[in-house]
Amino acid sequence: MAFPIVATLVMSFTDFGLRNVTNPFDAKFIGLENYSKLFGDEQFLQALFNTGYFVVLGVPLTIGSGLLAAVLLNSGIERFRTFFRVGFYAPVVTAIVAVAVVWRFVLDPSEGLIAGLAREVGLTAPDFLGSELLAMPSLIAMAVWRNMGTAMVLFLAGLQAIPTEVREAAKLDGAGAFQEFRRITVPLLRPTMLYVTVMTTIGFLNVFEEPFVMTNGGPSDSTLTVSLLMYREGFNFFHMGYASSMAYTLFVIILAVTLLQLRLLKDKTK
Amino acid sequence: MSATTETSATTAPRNGYAVRDRRTRLTRGVTYALLSLGLLITTAPFLWMGLSAFKTPQDLSASPPVWIPTEWTLANFSKLFDLLDVRLYFFNSVLVAVFVTLCNLLFCSMLGYALAKLNFAGKKVIFGVVMAALMVPGNLMLMPKFVMMSKMNLIDTYAALILPFAAGAFGVFLMRQFMSTVPDELLEAARVDGAREWYIFWRIVIPQVKPALATLSIFVFLGSWNNFLWPLVATNDAGKYTLPVALATFATDPTKANGSNGVLMAGAFLVVLPVLAVFIVLQRYFTQSIATAGLK
Repeated sequence: MAFPIVATLVMSFTDFGLRNVTNPFDAKFIGLENYSKLFGDEQFLQALFNTGYFVVLGVPLTIGSGLLAAVLLNSGIERFRTFFRVGFYAPVVTAIVAVAVVWRFVLDPSEGLIAGLAREVGLTAPDFLGSELLAMPSLIAMAVWRNMGTAMVLFLAGLQAIPTEVREAAKLDGAGAFQEFRRITVPLLRPTMLYVTVMTTIGFLNVFEEPFVMTNGGPSDSTLTVSLLMYREGFNFFHMGYASSMAYTLFVIILAVTLLQLRLLKDKTK
Repeated sequence: MSATTETSATTAPRNGYAVRDRRTRLTRGVTYALLSLGLLITTAPFLWMGLSAFKTPQDLSASPPVWIPTEWTLANFSKLFDLLDVRLYFFNSVLVAVFVTLCNLLFCSMLGYALAKLNFAGKKVIFGVVMAALMVPGNLMLMPKFVMMSKMNLIDTYAALILPFAAGAFGVFLMRQFMSTVPDELLEAARVDGAREWYIFWRIVIPQVKPALATLSIFVFLGSWNNFLWPLVATNDAGKYTLPVALATFATDPTKANGSNGVLMAGAFLVVLPVLAVFIVLQRYFTQSIATAGLK
Protein backbone atom coordinates (compact mmCIF):
# COMPACT_ATOMS: atom_id res chain seq x y z
CA MET A 1 0.00 0.00 0.00
CA ALA A 2 2.91 2.34 0.64
CA PHE A 3 4.46 1.59 -2.72
CA PRO A 4 2.14 3.64 -4.96
CA ILE A 5 2.43 6.63 -2.62
CA VAL A 6 6.19 6.68 -3.04
CA ALA A 7 5.90 5.79 -6.73
CA THR A 8 3.73 8.83 -7.45
CA LEU A 9 6.28 11.07 -5.75
CA VAL A 10 9.13 9.55 -7.78
CA MET A 11 7.12 9.81 -11.01
CA SER A 12 6.43 13.47 -10.36
CA PHE A 13 10.18 14.16 -10.70
CA THR A 14 10.41 12.44 -14.11
CA ASP A 15 9.26 13.02 -17.68
CA PHE A 16 7.18 9.82 -17.51
CA GLY A 17 5.23 9.53 -20.78
CA LEU A 18 3.35 7.01 -22.87
CA ARG A 19 6.41 4.97 -23.89
CA ASN A 20 7.36 4.59 -20.21
CA VAL A 21 4.18 2.68 -19.49
CA THR A 22 5.95 -0.30 -21.07
CA ASN A 23 9.44 0.75 -19.95
CA PRO A 24 8.98 2.57 -16.65
CA PHE A 25 12.68 2.70 -15.84
CA ASP A 26 13.57 4.64 -18.99
CA ALA A 27 11.89 7.76 -17.62
CA LYS A 28 14.38 10.57 -17.09
CA PHE A 29 14.75 12.49 -13.84
CA ILE A 30 14.05 16.13 -14.47
CA GLY A 31 14.08 17.34 -10.87
CA LEU A 32 11.49 19.95 -10.03
CA GLU A 33 10.72 20.86 -13.63
CA ASN A 34 7.15 19.50 -13.47
CA TYR A 35 6.45 21.54 -10.37
CA SER A 36 7.89 24.77 -11.76
CA LYS A 37 5.87 24.21 -14.94
CA LEU A 38 2.78 23.49 -12.83
CA PHE A 39 2.77 26.83 -11.05
CA GLY A 40 3.16 28.70 -14.31
CA ASP A 41 0.37 26.70 -15.94
CA GLU A 42 -2.67 28.94 -16.10
CA GLN A 43 -5.00 26.02 -16.63
CA PHE A 44 -3.75 24.36 -13.44
CA LEU A 45 -4.10 27.55 -11.46
CA GLN A 46 -7.63 27.90 -12.78
CA ALA A 47 -8.34 24.29 -11.74
CA LEU A 48 -6.90 24.98 -8.30
CA PHE A 49 -9.09 28.05 -7.95
CA ASN A 50 -12.19 26.13 -9.11
CA THR A 51 -11.53 23.29 -6.67
CA GLY A 52 -11.12 25.83 -3.88
CA TYR A 53 -14.40 27.51 -4.87
CA PHE A 54 -16.14 24.13 -4.85
CA VAL A 55 -14.80 23.29 -1.38
CA VAL A 56 -15.23 26.70 0.27
CA LEU A 57 -18.88 26.96 -0.74
CA GLY A 58 -19.81 23.26 -0.87
CA VAL A 59 -18.43 21.99 2.45
CA PRO A 60 -20.13 24.53 4.77
CA LEU A 61 -23.42 24.13 2.88
CA THR A 62 -23.24 20.34 3.14
CA ILE A 63 -22.42 20.44 6.84
CA GLY A 64 -24.99 23.13 7.56
CA SER A 65 -27.84 21.36 5.81
CA GLY A 66 -26.82 18.01 7.28
CA LEU A 67 -26.76 19.49 10.77
CA LEU A 68 -30.11 21.21 10.26
CA ALA A 69 -31.71 17.98 9.08
CA ALA A 70 -30.24 16.05 12.01
CA VAL A 71 -31.38 18.60 14.59
CA LEU A 72 -34.89 18.66 13.11
CA LEU A 73 -35.09 14.87 13.08
CA ASN A 74 -33.85 14.74 16.65
CA SER A 75 -36.19 17.42 17.97
CA GLY A 76 -38.67 14.97 19.43
CA ILE A 77 -40.80 14.18 16.41
CA GLU A 78 -41.83 10.56 16.17
CA ARG A 79 -43.97 10.25 13.09
CA PHE A 80 -42.27 9.70 9.71
CA ARG A 81 -38.78 9.93 11.21
CA THR A 82 -37.49 6.91 9.33
CA PHE A 83 -39.29 8.07 6.21
CA PHE A 84 -37.44 11.41 6.23
CA ARG A 85 -34.13 9.83 7.12
CA VAL A 86 -34.36 7.37 4.24
CA GLY A 87 -35.30 10.15 1.83
CA PHE A 88 -32.43 12.40 2.89
CA TYR A 89 -29.92 9.58 2.74
CA ALA A 90 -31.02 8.10 -0.60
CA PRO A 91 -28.80 10.35 -2.78
CA VAL A 92 -25.71 9.12 -0.92
CA VAL A 93 -26.07 5.49 -1.97
CA THR A 94 -26.59 6.22 -5.65
CA ALA A 95 -23.76 6.35 -8.19
CA ILE A 96 -22.49 9.90 -8.78
CA VAL A 97 -22.39 9.21 -12.51
CA ALA A 98 -26.09 8.33 -12.58
CA VAL A 99 -27.21 11.28 -10.48
CA ALA A 100 -24.98 13.60 -12.51
CA VAL A 101 -26.80 12.43 -15.65
CA VAL A 102 -30.12 13.05 -13.91
CA TRP A 103 -29.10 16.51 -12.74
CA ARG A 104 -27.89 17.43 -16.18
CA PHE A 105 -31.42 16.71 -17.37
CA VAL A 106 -33.04 18.56 -14.44
CA LEU A 107 -30.93 21.63 -15.31
CA ASP A 108 -31.40 21.31 -19.08
CA PRO A 109 -32.41 24.69 -20.55
CA SER A 110 -35.05 23.31 -22.91
CA GLU A 111 -36.50 20.05 -21.52
CA GLY A 112 -35.30 20.38 -17.92
CA LEU A 113 -37.47 20.37 -14.84
CA ILE A 114 -36.31 23.74 -13.55
CA ALA A 115 -36.68 25.40 -16.95
CA GLY A 116 -40.19 23.96 -17.26
CA LEU A 117 -41.22 25.13 -13.79
CA ALA A 118 -39.77 28.57 -14.49
CA ARG A 119 -41.74 28.84 -17.75
CA GLU A 120 -44.90 28.06 -15.87
CA VAL A 121 -44.51 31.15 -13.72
CA GLY A 122 -43.44 33.22 -16.70
CA LEU A 123 -39.68 33.21 -16.17
CA THR A 124 -36.87 31.97 -18.35
CA ALA A 125 -34.45 29.69 -16.57
CA PRO A 126 -30.82 30.32 -17.47
CA ASP A 127 -28.67 27.70 -19.19
CA PHE A 128 -27.14 26.63 -15.87
CA LEU A 129 -24.39 24.36 -17.15
CA GLY A 130 -23.66 26.46 -20.22
CA SER A 131 -22.94 29.61 -18.26
CA GLU A 132 -19.48 30.38 -16.90
CA LEU A 133 -21.05 32.09 -13.93
CA LEU A 134 -23.64 29.46 -13.02
CA ALA A 135 -21.99 26.16 -13.95
CA MET A 136 -19.92 25.86 -10.77
CA PRO A 137 -22.74 26.85 -8.39
CA SER A 138 -24.88 24.21 -10.13
CA LEU A 139 -22.26 21.53 -9.49
CA ILE A 140 -22.01 22.69 -5.88
CA ALA A 141 -25.78 22.45 -5.47
CA MET A 142 -25.69 18.90 -6.75
CA ALA A 143 -22.78 17.94 -4.50
CA VAL A 144 -24.54 19.39 -1.45
CA TRP A 145 -27.68 17.50 -2.41
CA ARG A 146 -25.76 14.26 -2.71
CA ASN A 147 -23.52 14.50 0.37
CA MET A 148 -25.82 16.11 2.89
CA GLY A 149 -27.19 12.68 3.93
CA THR A 150 -23.81 11.44 5.16
CA ALA A 151 -23.38 14.49 7.36
CA MET A 152 -26.94 14.09 8.61
CA VAL A 153 -26.49 10.44 9.66
CA LEU A 154 -23.24 11.21 11.47
CA PHE A 155 -24.71 14.23 13.25
CA LEU A 156 -27.77 12.20 14.19
CA ALA A 157 -25.54 9.58 15.81
CA GLY A 158 -23.64 12.34 17.59
CA LEU A 159 -26.85 13.98 18.81
CA GLN A 160 -28.23 10.72 20.11
CA ALA A 161 -25.05 10.17 22.10
CA ILE A 162 -25.73 13.34 24.10
CA PRO A 163 -27.27 12.16 27.39
CA THR A 164 -30.86 13.29 27.89
CA GLU A 165 -29.99 14.18 31.52
CA VAL A 166 -27.73 16.96 30.29
CA ARG A 167 -30.50 18.41 28.16
CA GLU A 168 -33.05 18.14 30.94
CA ALA A 169 -30.71 19.78 33.42
CA ALA A 170 -30.29 22.67 31.02
CA LYS A 171 -34.07 22.95 30.60
CA LEU A 172 -34.60 22.94 34.36
CA ASP A 173 -32.07 25.75 34.63
CA GLY A 174 -34.26 27.70 32.25
CA ALA A 175 -32.37 27.35 28.98
CA GLY A 176 -34.38 28.13 25.84
CA ALA A 177 -34.20 26.08 22.67
CA PHE A 178 -31.54 28.31 21.13
CA GLN A 179 -29.42 28.41 24.28
CA GLU A 180 -29.67 24.67 24.59
CA PHE A 181 -28.45 24.32 21.01
CA ARG A 182 -25.59 26.77 21.49
CA ARG A 183 -24.43 25.69 24.95
CA ILE A 184 -25.16 21.97 24.95
CA THR A 185 -25.55 20.62 21.43
CA VAL A 186 -22.75 22.47 19.65
CA PRO A 187 -19.98 21.79 22.21
CA LEU A 188 -20.94 18.15 22.70
CA LEU A 189 -21.12 17.66 18.96
CA ARG A 190 -17.56 18.86 18.45
CA PRO A 191 -15.95 15.45 17.78
CA THR A 192 -18.64 14.63 15.22
CA MET A 193 -18.24 18.05 13.66
CA LEU A 194 -14.51 17.50 13.34
CA TYR A 195 -14.92 14.13 11.68
CA VAL A 196 -17.65 15.32 9.29
CA THR A 197 -15.68 18.43 8.33
CA VAL A 198 -12.47 16.54 7.63
CA MET A 199 -14.13 13.75 5.62
CA THR A 200 -16.36 16.10 3.61
CA THR A 201 -13.46 18.40 2.80
CA ILE A 202 -11.26 15.55 1.60
CA GLY A 203 -14.09 14.25 -0.59
CA PHE A 204 -14.81 17.68 -2.05
CA LEU A 205 -11.13 18.40 -2.77
CA ASN A 206 -11.04 15.26 -4.92
CA VAL A 207 -14.10 16.25 -6.96
CA PHE A 208 -14.07 14.53 -10.34
CA GLU A 209 -17.27 12.81 -11.51
CA GLU A 210 -19.59 15.81 -11.34
CA PRO A 211 -17.63 18.01 -13.78
CA PHE A 212 -16.66 14.98 -15.89
CA VAL A 213 -20.26 14.03 -16.62
CA MET A 214 -22.07 17.35 -16.37
CA THR A 215 -19.78 19.92 -17.99
CA ASN A 216 -16.50 18.23 -18.96
CA GLY A 217 -14.76 21.11 -17.21
CA GLY A 218 -16.44 23.78 -19.32
CA PRO A 219 -17.64 26.28 -20.29
CA SER A 220 -14.15 27.71 -20.87
CA ASP A 221 -12.60 25.79 -17.94
CA SER A 222 -14.96 27.33 -15.38
CA THR A 223 -15.62 23.89 -13.81
CA LEU A 224 -12.23 22.32 -14.49
CA THR A 225 -11.03 20.76 -11.21
CA VAL A 226 -7.59 19.51 -10.23
CA SER A 227 -8.63 15.84 -10.43
CA LEU A 228 -10.22 16.31 -13.83
CA LEU A 229 -7.14 18.08 -15.21
CA MET A 230 -4.94 15.37 -13.71
CA TYR A 231 -7.04 12.70 -15.42
CA ARG A 232 -6.77 14.49 -18.76
CA GLU A 233 -3.01 15.04 -18.53
CA GLY A 234 -2.39 11.51 -17.29
CA PHE A 235 -4.77 9.45 -19.38
CA ASN A 236 -5.69 11.49 -22.45
CA PHE A 237 -2.21 12.88 -23.14
CA PHE A 238 -0.22 10.35 -21.07
CA HIS A 239 1.88 13.12 -19.48
CA MET A 240 2.07 10.91 -16.42
CA GLY A 241 5.02 12.63 -14.77
CA TYR A 242 3.24 15.95 -15.02
CA ALA A 243 -0.06 14.45 -13.83
CA SER A 244 1.77 12.92 -10.85
CA SER A 245 3.03 16.34 -9.82
CA MET A 246 -0.60 17.54 -9.85
CA ALA A 247 -1.69 14.55 -7.79
CA TYR A 248 1.04 15.25 -5.25
CA THR A 249 0.26 18.93 -5.04
CA LEU A 250 -3.37 18.07 -4.35
CA PHE A 251 -2.26 15.52 -1.74
CA VAL A 252 -0.13 18.09 0.07
CA ILE A 253 -3.04 20.54 0.03
CA ILE A 254 -5.36 17.88 1.46
CA LEU A 255 -2.83 17.07 4.16
CA ALA A 256 -2.35 20.73 5.07
CA VAL A 257 -6.09 21.46 5.15
CA THR A 258 -6.75 18.38 7.28
CA LEU A 259 -4.04 19.28 9.79
CA LEU A 260 -5.34 22.84 9.94
CA GLN A 261 -8.88 21.60 10.60
CA LEU A 262 -7.68 19.20 13.29
CA ARG A 263 -5.95 22.13 14.97
CA LEU A 264 -8.79 24.60 14.69
CA LEU A 265 -11.59 22.25 15.69
CA LYS A 266 -9.69 20.44 18.43
CA ASP A 267 -11.40 20.28 21.78
CA LYS A 268 -9.69 23.10 23.65
CA THR A 269 -11.09 22.11 27.01
CA LYS A 270 -9.00 18.96 27.17
CA MET B 1 -21.33 3.75 19.93
CA SER B 2 -24.31 1.99 21.35
CA ALA B 3 -26.65 4.95 21.04
CA THR B 4 -26.66 4.69 17.26
CA THR B 5 -28.26 1.30 17.36
CA GLU B 6 -31.27 2.50 19.23
CA THR B 7 -34.48 3.34 17.50
CA SER B 8 -36.65 6.37 17.52
CA ALA B 9 -38.72 5.31 20.50
CA THR B 10 -35.87 5.65 22.95
CA THR B 11 -33.98 8.49 21.30
CA ALA B 12 -36.86 10.90 21.03
CA PRO B 13 -37.99 11.08 24.62
CA ARG B 14 -41.39 12.49 25.31
CA ASN B 15 -41.14 15.06 28.00
CA GLY B 16 -43.94 13.96 30.25
CA TYR B 17 -43.94 17.16 32.19
CA ALA B 18 -43.81 19.47 29.21
CA VAL B 19 -47.15 21.02 28.50
CA ARG B 20 -48.04 20.71 24.87
CA ASP B 21 -49.12 24.28 24.44
CA ARG B 22 -49.60 26.20 21.22
CA ARG B 23 -45.95 27.04 20.97
CA THR B 24 -44.73 23.46 20.84
CA ARG B 25 -47.40 22.67 18.29
CA LEU B 26 -46.16 25.57 16.17
CA THR B 27 -42.54 24.39 16.47
CA ARG B 28 -43.67 20.93 15.46
CA GLY B 29 -45.46 22.35 12.44
CA VAL B 30 -42.39 24.31 11.35
CA THR B 31 -40.20 21.24 11.86
CA TYR B 32 -42.42 19.10 9.66
CA ALA B 33 -42.69 21.83 7.05
CA LEU B 34 -38.91 22.18 6.82
CA LEU B 35 -38.39 18.41 6.73
CA SER B 36 -41.00 18.02 4.00
CA LEU B 37 -39.37 20.73 1.92
CA GLY B 38 -36.03 18.98 2.32
CA LEU B 39 -37.56 15.65 1.39
CA LEU B 40 -39.10 17.21 -1.71
CA ILE B 41 -35.68 18.49 -2.79
CA THR B 42 -33.86 15.21 -2.15
CA THR B 43 -36.43 12.98 -3.84
CA ALA B 44 -37.62 15.16 -6.74
CA PRO B 45 -34.66 14.31 -9.01
CA PHE B 46 -35.27 10.58 -8.44
CA LEU B 47 -38.98 10.87 -9.19
CA TRP B 48 -38.22 12.96 -12.24
CA MET B 49 -35.73 10.32 -13.41
CA GLY B 50 -38.00 7.35 -12.72
CA LEU B 51 -41.00 8.92 -14.42
CA SER B 52 -39.12 10.41 -17.35
CA ALA B 53 -37.68 7.02 -18.21
CA PHE B 54 -41.20 5.93 -19.17
CA LYS B 55 -42.19 9.05 -21.11
CA THR B 56 -42.75 9.57 -24.81
CA PRO B 57 -40.72 12.30 -26.60
CA GLN B 58 -43.85 14.48 -26.56
CA ASP B 59 -44.13 14.25 -22.77
CA LEU B 60 -40.40 14.82 -22.33
CA SER B 61 -40.46 18.14 -24.14
CA ALA B 62 -43.90 19.15 -22.92
CA SER B 63 -44.33 22.61 -21.48
CA PRO B 64 -45.34 22.97 -18.69
CA PRO B 65 -43.45 19.85 -17.59
CA VAL B 66 -45.45 16.66 -17.20
CA TRP B 67 -44.73 14.59 -14.09
CA ILE B 68 -46.88 11.53 -14.74
CA PRO B 69 -46.46 10.23 -18.30
CA THR B 70 -49.69 10.69 -20.28
CA GLU B 71 -48.72 7.51 -22.06
CA TRP B 72 -46.40 4.98 -20.42
CA THR B 73 -43.82 3.54 -22.79
CA LEU B 74 -40.84 1.22 -22.66
CA ALA B 75 -39.42 2.71 -25.87
CA ASN B 76 -36.60 4.44 -23.98
CA PHE B 77 -35.47 1.15 -22.48
CA SER B 78 -35.57 -0.76 -25.74
CA LYS B 79 -33.63 2.04 -27.44
CA LEU B 80 -31.11 1.97 -24.59
CA PHE B 81 -30.67 -1.80 -24.96
CA ASP B 82 -30.15 -1.32 -28.71
CA LEU B 83 -27.46 1.31 -28.21
CA LEU B 84 -25.78 -0.14 -25.15
CA ASP B 85 -25.09 -3.72 -24.09
CA VAL B 86 -26.69 -3.14 -20.70
CA ARG B 87 -26.80 -6.85 -19.77
CA LEU B 88 -23.04 -7.17 -20.20
CA TYR B 89 -22.27 -4.02 -18.16
CA PHE B 90 -24.66 -5.11 -15.48
CA PHE B 91 -22.95 -8.49 -15.34
CA ASN B 92 -19.52 -6.82 -15.19
CA SER B 93 -20.57 -4.53 -12.36
CA VAL B 94 -22.08 -7.37 -10.34
CA LEU B 95 -19.11 -9.66 -10.91
CA VAL B 96 -16.57 -7.03 -9.87
CA ALA B 97 -18.58 -5.91 -6.84
CA VAL B 98 -19.13 -9.47 -5.60
CA PHE B 99 -15.48 -10.44 -5.92
CA VAL B 100 -14.23 -7.20 -4.38
CA THR B 101 -16.60 -7.74 -1.44
CA LEU B 102 -15.57 -11.37 -0.90
CA CYS B 103 -11.87 -10.48 -1.08
CA ASN B 104 -12.33 -7.67 1.42
CA LEU B 105 -14.25 -9.87 3.84
CA LEU B 106 -11.48 -12.46 3.77
CA PHE B 107 -8.33 -10.34 3.68
CA CYS B 108 -9.48 -7.49 5.91
CA SER B 109 -10.67 -9.84 8.62
CA MET B 110 -7.43 -11.86 8.47
CA LEU B 111 -5.21 -8.79 8.65
CA GLY B 112 -7.52 -7.20 11.19
CA TYR B 113 -7.24 -10.32 13.37
CA ALA B 114 -3.45 -10.32 13.16
CA LEU B 115 -3.29 -6.64 14.07
CA ALA B 116 -5.79 -6.96 16.91
CA LYS B 117 -4.86 -10.25 18.54
CA LEU B 118 -1.43 -11.51 17.50
CA ASN B 119 2.02 -10.33 18.43
CA PHE B 120 4.66 -10.29 15.75
CA ALA B 121 7.63 -8.21 14.64
CA GLY B 122 6.68 -5.19 12.56
CA LYS B 123 3.08 -5.09 13.77
CA LYS B 124 3.27 -1.41 14.63
CA VAL B 125 4.79 -0.58 11.26
CA ILE B 126 2.06 -2.43 9.39
CA PHE B 127 -0.65 -0.73 11.41
CA GLY B 128 1.02 2.61 10.70
CA VAL B 129 0.97 1.88 6.97
CA VAL B 130 -2.72 0.96 7.15
CA MET B 131 -3.52 4.21 8.96
CA ALA B 132 -1.50 6.22 6.45
CA ALA B 133 -3.24 4.50 3.54
CA LEU B 134 -6.56 5.39 5.15
CA MET B 135 -5.79 9.08 4.73
CA VAL B 136 -4.31 8.92 1.24
CA PRO B 137 -6.84 9.73 -1.45
CA GLY B 138 -7.23 7.03 -4.08
CA ASN B 139 -6.62 9.50 -6.89
CA LEU B 140 -3.05 9.92 -5.76
CA MET B 141 -2.23 6.36 -6.70
CA LEU B 142 -3.91 6.41 -10.08
CA MET B 143 -0.79 6.69 -12.23
CA PRO B 144 1.43 4.08 -10.54
CA LYS B 145 -1.52 1.70 -10.27
CA PHE B 146 -2.13 2.05 -13.99
CA VAL B 147 1.55 1.43 -14.80
CA MET B 148 1.63 -1.61 -12.51
CA MET B 149 -1.48 -3.06 -14.09
CA SER B 150 -0.28 -2.51 -17.62
CA LYS B 151 3.14 -4.01 -16.79
CA MET B 152 1.27 -7.10 -15.59
CA ASN B 153 -0.79 -7.02 -18.79
CA LEU B 154 -3.97 -6.73 -16.78
CA ILE B 155 -5.51 -3.64 -18.39
CA ASP B 156 -8.92 -4.57 -19.78
CA THR B 157 -9.28 -7.59 -17.51
CA TYR B 158 -11.56 -8.20 -14.54
CA ALA B 159 -8.43 -8.66 -12.44
CA ALA B 160 -7.51 -5.00 -13.00
CA LEU B 161 -10.89 -3.98 -11.64
CA ILE B 162 -10.78 -6.32 -8.64
CA LEU B 163 -7.16 -6.61 -7.44
CA PRO B 164 -6.51 -2.94 -6.50
CA PHE B 165 -9.56 -3.03 -4.22
CA ALA B 166 -9.12 -6.55 -2.81
CA ALA B 167 -8.10 -5.30 0.63
CA GLY B 168 -8.96 -1.76 1.59
CA ALA B 169 -7.28 0.07 4.45
CA PHE B 170 -10.68 1.08 5.75
CA GLY B 171 -11.77 -2.54 6.01
CA VAL B 172 -8.62 -3.58 7.83
CA PHE B 173 -9.06 -0.74 10.28
CA LEU B 174 -12.73 -1.53 10.84
CA MET B 175 -12.09 -5.24 11.43
CA ARG B 176 -9.20 -4.52 13.74
CA GLN B 177 -11.36 -2.19 15.83
CA PHE B 178 -14.14 -4.73 16.14
CA MET B 179 -11.85 -7.69 16.80
CA SER B 180 -10.07 -5.82 19.58
CA THR B 181 -13.32 -6.01 21.53
CA VAL B 182 -13.36 -9.84 21.50
CA PRO B 183 -12.14 -10.87 24.99
CA ASP B 184 -8.61 -12.32 25.04
CA GLU B 185 -9.72 -14.89 27.63
CA LEU B 186 -11.85 -16.55 24.99
CA LEU B 187 -8.86 -17.04 22.71
CA GLU B 188 -6.60 -18.11 25.58
CA ALA B 189 -9.10 -20.75 26.66
CA ALA B 190 -9.23 -22.14 23.13
CA ARG B 191 -5.42 -22.15 22.91
CA VAL B 192 -5.18 -24.03 26.19
CA ASP B 193 -7.61 -26.58 24.76
CA GLY B 194 -5.19 -27.01 21.88
CA ALA B 195 -7.08 -25.10 19.17
CA ARG B 196 -5.05 -24.05 16.13
CA GLU B 197 -4.82 -20.37 15.17
CA TRP B 198 -6.94 -20.95 12.08
CA TYR B 199 -9.68 -22.60 14.15
CA ILE B 200 -9.65 -19.73 16.64
CA PHE B 201 -9.93 -17.19 13.86
CA TRP B 202 -12.63 -19.01 11.94
CA ARG B 203 -14.74 -20.53 14.73
CA ILE B 204 -14.35 -18.08 17.60
CA VAL B 205 -13.47 -14.63 16.36
CA ILE B 206 -15.42 -14.47 13.08
CA PRO B 207 -18.80 -15.35 14.66
CA GLN B 208 -18.25 -12.55 17.18
CA VAL B 209 -17.74 -9.86 14.55
CA LYS B 210 -20.63 -10.66 12.21
CA PRO B 211 -22.11 -7.13 12.50
CA ALA B 212 -18.77 -5.70 11.42
CA LEU B 213 -18.69 -8.06 8.46
CA ALA B 214 -22.16 -6.87 7.45
CA THR B 215 -21.05 -3.25 7.69
CA LEU B 216 -17.97 -3.98 5.64
CA SER B 217 -20.00 -5.80 2.96
CA ILE B 218 -22.39 -2.88 2.58
CA PHE B 219 -19.58 -0.36 2.31
CA VAL B 220 -17.40 -2.29 -0.05
CA PHE B 221 -20.19 -3.47 -2.34
CA LEU B 222 -21.59 0.04 -2.60
CA GLY B 223 -18.16 1.53 -3.17
CA SER B 224 -17.44 -0.93 -5.92
CA TRP B 225 -20.83 -0.57 -7.59
CA ASN B 226 -20.51 3.21 -7.68
CA ASN B 227 -16.77 3.35 -8.40
CA PHE B 228 -15.94 5.32 -11.48
CA LEU B 229 -12.47 6.80 -11.93
CA TRP B 230 -10.42 3.60 -11.71
CA PRO B 231 -12.66 1.47 -13.96
CA LEU B 232 -12.62 4.38 -16.42
CA VAL B 233 -8.83 4.36 -16.46
CA ALA B 234 -8.35 0.59 -16.37
CA THR B 235 -10.66 -0.31 -19.25
CA ASN B 236 -10.35 0.73 -22.88
CA ASP B 237 -12.22 -2.26 -24.22
CA ALA B 238 -15.94 -1.53 -24.00
CA GLY B 239 -16.54 -5.23 -23.24
CA LYS B 240 -15.09 -4.74 -19.74
CA TYR B 241 -16.87 -1.50 -18.85
CA THR B 242 -18.81 -1.40 -15.62
CA LEU B 243 -22.26 0.22 -15.61
CA PRO B 244 -21.16 3.70 -14.44
CA VAL B 245 -18.35 3.81 -17.02
CA ALA B 246 -20.69 2.68 -19.76
CA LEU B 247 -23.33 5.22 -18.74
CA ALA B 248 -20.83 8.08 -18.46
CA THR B 249 -19.21 7.27 -21.79
CA PHE B 250 -22.64 7.06 -23.36
CA ALA B 251 -23.89 10.26 -21.74
CA THR B 252 -20.85 12.35 -22.64
CA ASP B 253 -20.65 11.18 -26.26
CA PRO B 254 -22.79 13.65 -28.24
CA THR B 255 -23.09 11.26 -31.20
CA LYS B 256 -24.67 8.52 -29.11
CA ALA B 257 -27.16 9.84 -26.60
CA ASN B 258 -27.79 12.81 -28.87
CA GLY B 259 -29.92 14.73 -26.45
CA SER B 260 -32.30 11.85 -25.92
CA ASN B 261 -33.03 12.52 -22.30
CA GLY B 262 -35.54 9.68 -22.10
CA VAL B 263 -32.88 7.11 -23.00
CA LEU B 264 -30.42 8.66 -20.54
CA MET B 265 -33.00 8.54 -17.77
CA ALA B 266 -33.67 4.89 -18.57
CA GLY B 267 -29.93 4.25 -18.19
CA ALA B 268 -29.65 6.18 -14.93
CA PHE B 269 -32.76 4.39 -13.68
CA LEU B 270 -31.13 0.98 -14.24
CA VAL B 271 -27.94 2.03 -12.44
CA VAL B 272 -29.74 3.59 -9.49
CA LEU B 273 -32.66 1.20 -9.04
CA PRO B 274 -30.90 -1.92 -7.63
CA VAL B 275 -28.94 0.09 -5.09
CA LEU B 276 -31.92 2.18 -4.10
CA ALA B 277 -34.11 -0.91 -3.69
CA VAL B 278 -31.55 -2.68 -1.52
CA PHE B 279 -31.06 0.50 0.46
CA ILE B 280 -34.75 0.95 1.20
CA VAL B 281 -35.06 -2.66 2.36
CA LEU B 282 -31.92 -2.59 4.50
CA GLN B 283 -31.97 1.11 5.37
CA ARG B 284 -31.47 0.62 9.10
CA TYR B 285 -28.26 -1.29 8.59
CA PHE B 286 -26.97 1.25 6.09
CA THR B 287 -27.33 4.33 8.24
CA GLN B 288 -26.20 2.48 11.35
CA SER B 289 -23.09 1.20 9.68
CA ILE B 290 -22.14 4.64 8.37
CA ALA B 291 -22.48 5.99 11.86
CA THR B 292 -20.60 3.17 13.58
CA ALA B 293 -17.82 3.20 11.03
CA GLY B 294 -17.49 6.94 11.37
CA LEU B 295 -17.44 7.19 15.10
CA LYS B 296 -15.74 3.98 16.13
